[in-house]
Order: sequence, then structure tokens, then C-alpha cells
Amino acid sequence: MNPIVPMIASSVVAATPLIYAALGETITEKAGVLNLGIEGMMLVGAVAGFAATLATGSDLLGFTAAAAAGLALSLVFGFLTLSMQTNQVATGLALTLFGVGLSAFVGHDLAGVPLSALPPIDLPVLTQIPIVGPLLFHYDIMVYLSLVLFAAVQWFVSKSHAGLTMRAVGESPGVAHAIGKSVLTTRYLAVMFGGATAGIAGAYLSLVQTPMWVEGMSAGKGWIALALVVFGTWKPARVVLGAYLFGGVTQFQLFAQGFNLPIPTEFLSMLPYAATVVVLVIICRDPKTILLNQPASLGRSFHSTA
Amino acid sequence: MLRLERRASPSAVMRIASPMVAALAMIVTGFLLFTALGKDPIEAFYVFFVKPLSSTYGIGELLLKTTPLLLCGLGLALGFRANVWNIGAEGQLTMGAIAGGGLALWFGDSESAWAMPLMLLFGVLGGMAWAAIPAFLRTRFNTNEILVTLMLVYIAQLALSWLVHGPWRDPEGHNFPQSHGFGDAETMEILIEGTRTTWGIVYAVVLALAAWIFSQNTYAGFRMLVAGLAPAAAAYAGFSEKRNIWIALLISGATAGLAGICEVAGPIGRLQQEISPGYGFAAIIVAWIGRLHPIGVVFGALLMSLLYLGGESAQMGMSLPSAITGLFQGLLLFYLLAADLFITFRLKRVVVADGTEPKPTAAVKRAA
Repeated sequence: MNPIVPMIASSVVAATPLIYAALGETITEKAGVLNLGIEGMMLVGAVAGFAATLATGSDLLGFTAAAAAGLALSLVFGFLTLSMQTNQVATGLALTLFGVGLSAFVGHDLAGVPLSALPPIDLPVLTQIPIVGPLLFHYDIMVYLSLVLFAAVQWFVSKSHAGLTMRAVGESPGVAHAIGKSVLTTRYLAVMFGGATAGIAGAYLSLVQTPMWVEGMSAGKGWIALALVVFGTWKPARVVLGAYLFGGVTQFQLFAQGFNLPIPTEFLSMLPYAATVVVLVIICRDPKTILLNQPASLGRSFHSTA
Repeated sequence: MLRLERRASPSAVMRIASPMVAALAMIVTGFLLFTALGKDPIEAFYVFFVKPLSSTYGIGELLLKTTPLLLCGLGLALGFRANVWNIGAEGQLTMGAIAGGGLALWFGDSESAWAMPLMLLFGVLGGMAWAAIPAFLRTRFNTNEILVTLMLVYIAQLALSWLVHGPWRDPEGHNFPQSHGFGDAETMEILIEGTRTTWGIVYAVVLALAAWIFSQNTYAGFRMLVAGLAPAAAAYAGFSEKRNIWIALLISGATAGLAGICEVAGPIGRLQQEISPGYGFAAIIVAWIGRLHPIGVVFGALLMSLLYLGGESAQMGMSLPSAITGLFQGLLLFYLLAADLFITFRLKRVVVADGTEPKPTAAVKRAA
């Protein structure tokens, strides 16, 4: 069989958690908040989703629990950075460190327990079409929902009134506040959205991709999602495109095995991380790209005196 | 009603008190957590914080774990003060271990007096080289050092994994992914009899003093402080941002690399896949608890080291997962950041009397 089709299909699966996490962070950053805690929220989402599905047998409940767990953590972050005005970089790092610890602690007894993966949907005729079938119509439901999420985010950011308010808050919180928009509420909502999607991204790892709970299983995907937001210059469509490219890079291993390339697996595993660095260099090389696209108030606290 | 109000000037008392408030909050949370888990909180407190320190060996372990935390924390604190966010000390530590450890393997069992000094030097250089990558990319290509330093952690760990699985694997090691044990001349001397503490802690403390002098008494240290506190003022004064970035990353890479070689040439005694339980990441918390001040970092490192020991002790004595260490570390940083609010703000009691709420007046209504 042609090895290209399964490779592309597995790339799409590898890209899906990145899409959830990166789209969420795009919204968070559009509102002017830099949350470096994605990695931590993903891990907590992964363990929460796994535990919930293991206990109830329902994938829906698993993903719901994961979203709730990610959201809860993001609220801690939101409370600290928005209400308590803490440094966003430091608080985000704290969130990741906390999430790594919390997930390992909670998931201690869950490690290695097997669980059946969320099955791909099977459409009667479409899936059977050669090449196109497995390429387009044979994924699990979360893959399709990630595209729905993309469409929703795209619409929200560029077409909706609330999205406009959010962008205003991210570009100039002082002005948004002056015209009567609540900076705090907008930012809280954006942070919570990012938390919920990061939780879902984590659960995708533990319920679909692997499917089991392993300590530290996100292996830097939360950080790659952060890099994707920069790579996509804060535009949802480019972020998603970037996620698929990265999915492809992570699946290069399959390709190399197929062609018996004499490269140690460790070097192949380095690829996504090395690619992240390369991609960041390409995007950031021209300071104007960042200056023009990055939300102007990103990372800065806002304290209204009135 | 209580309201937050900005202080006229930042409170020096709160700056020192806030880590203590945070530690206290962490302990209270610990009490609640242990109670919820059905453990006796008093016993847990004893097992976590007292038992590890009740023997000479225990004190030695405390100093042993303090070494890498202090070394990494010193470098990071220096960078954080200048707004340079190196969060990849773990990777620089790994590279230091690879560079210095590789040299140790090259020396084999030689009794050369040069072995140890050269290994330490290579460790430092390895860490610096690894930190030079983000420094170059940030200064030349404007690339965010947070993400680059972090990505390089994974790459360094995979490189080490490849070395101990492949070219540097000990053929007589029963297929374990580890290198030959280092020779006697390539292993650090024990400092305190009856413990595993090596000379590393002495280097770390000396460096802490050196860092203190650097930040207090040198022009370069002053430039970095200004760059962190008031970037615009630093730019106006003509302080080179690029130079600060290079200094911050090279120094933090050097100390993290030294931490790496001190670990593999000390308690570990060989290269293996796992050489650090996240010291490089915990050092971020160390730097913060130490108020980004070299002497404060010493205390931060001791506290964080105790958390590691406590986690191990709780695992053995109370069959709790050692991951509880990470949980407490994260909590501690959260509490600390929250408590830091009160350095610049204070709670003020605001008396809201009835009927003083401004109401739309008739005059306004008429005008409308």
C-alpha cells in the first residue's frame, strides 16, 4: 500500500491536539494575556479526561472533564494575573510546573492502565473510497470538531462584535476600558477558553492518540502550541496550517522507517523541537512581522484606577 | 469593605516576608491535602520536613541536592533580573553533563590530576555553548528565548539518550542505557565524611558570593539591573540590550553546565538517561523565592532541596507518590506570586456608608 496516505492520516491525528491548544492560546493572546501554562493545563486535562473515561466509559464525559479541569487551572492563572496583577510569564511558568506536578500526583495509580481509543467514525460509502476515504473520512470525531472549532474561532475573531471587543482589549486595554468595555471580564473569558481547549488537547493525547496515561505525556506539545501562535502570527488559519505542518514533522519517523533511513530514533524525535526553533527564527527574523501582528498589550497587566 | 490600593513605595518588609507567607500557605495546604488523603497531617509534616534532616546523612543529602538547585538558580536569577527568560537550565545542565562526562569517559581510569579541573571546565563550556544558541537567536533574529531555551531542553535530553543508548553505552552494563562508571580521578571528592556531599556545594556557595559582588559592585551588574527594572531608561542610557542578553544567558548556561557535571561526576558517577529530576525547572522557583538575589537564592535552594527530600521521604515512609514534590513546588510559586502583590499594593479598609452611592439627580434627568 502507498505509505503516503497513512502518513498524512497520522499527521492529521498528531496535529489535532496542537490545533485545540494553539487556537485556545490564540484567543487568550488576542485579549492581551500570555499564558505559558498550556503544557500544565494539557497534562491535567489528559489525566482528568483519562480518569473520567476510565470511570464512566464515556468519551464525552472524558473530554468534558478534561475541559473543566483545564478551565479550572486557567481560572487560577486568571485570578493571579488579572485580579492579583502578577507577572504573566512567571505565573504561566508556575502553572506549568504545578500542572506537571498535579497530573503526576493524581495520575500515579492510573499509569499504564489500558483504555480503548476513541474509534474513528465509519461512514458507509465515503470511507471505502480509495485514498480519499482514509484521507478525509476516517478520523475520530474530535478531528472534525477541531475544524469546527477553527471555523468558530475564525468567525469570532474577524466577524463578531464580541471578537472585536476582545481584539480592542488586547491592542489597547486603556481605550477599551475608556469606552466602557470590561477589560477584566473579556480577559477572564479568553483565558478560560484557552484553558478549556488546552484541557481537551490533553485529553486527545490520553484518550485517542496514545491511549493511556503516562507521566509528562504531552512532551512539550503545549510549548509547541505556543510557538505555533507566533508562527501563525496570531491568525487562526495560519495557526491551523502550522499545526498540520508540525503534525507532519512529528510523523516523519514513520516515513523514515518506511524507507529504512539509517538515522537513530533520538534524532528523529528531535525534529519537532528543532523545527520549532527554526520556524520561530524565520517568523521573528523581521521585527516588523511581530510588531504588526502581536497584540500590543500582550503580557502586560492592566489595572484600572477608576 | 477591603480595597486594594497602590503603596506609595514598594514595601521592603513584604519583599522579605512574602516567601515566608508563601511557605506557610503551602504548609497549610499540605495539611489540608494530607487530611483529605486520610493521612495524619502532623506525621506527614514530620516525615516531610523534619525526618530528612534528623541525621548527618540527611543533612548531607540536603546539601547535595541544594548544589544543582543553587547553581542553576543563581544564573537564572541574574537573567530574570535583566528580563532575560532562560527557562531551559535543565537543557544546559544536561549539556554540561554530556560535555564534562564525555571528557571523563575519554580520560577513562587515568589518574591524571588534570582530569577533574578539565571536566568542570568542559561542563561549564557545554552549558555555555547550549545557552549561546538562544542568545544568538535572540540578539540576531529577535527570537523569543523562552521557547528556544525550552525546546533545547528536549533536544539535549534526546542527545544524552542517544549517547547512552549508542556510542557511549557500557558494553558490560547489562544493556542498561548508561556509560562506564567514571574512574576515581574523575569522581568528585566527598566533602563531609559519612555523606554523599561533594565539593560542588562549596563551588556553588562561592559562586553565590561572586554573583552578589557582581550584581552589587560591578557596572555590568548595574546595567543588567536597570535593563530589568526600567528598559526604557537602560536604552536611553545607552546600555546595550544585546550585551545584557549575552551575559545573562552565558552566565546562566555556565552555572547550569557546572551543575550538570557536578551531578554526573558526583552522586551519579556515570552518564545515564536520567540525570536530573527537574532541577533546572525547580531552579526557576528557587530564583523567584530568593527574590532574584544571590543570597536569597541560597535559601530558596535549601527550601526546594528540602521539598525534594521530603517527597522522597514521604514516598518511603507514607507510600505517597514522590510527584507530590512537584505539586508543592508549583503551589509554592503560586502563593509566592500572589503574596508579592502586597509588595506594591496594600489592602485598605473602605467604609461605605449607606446612601452615599451617587445617584442620578433630577438635574441630570432634566438635562437628558
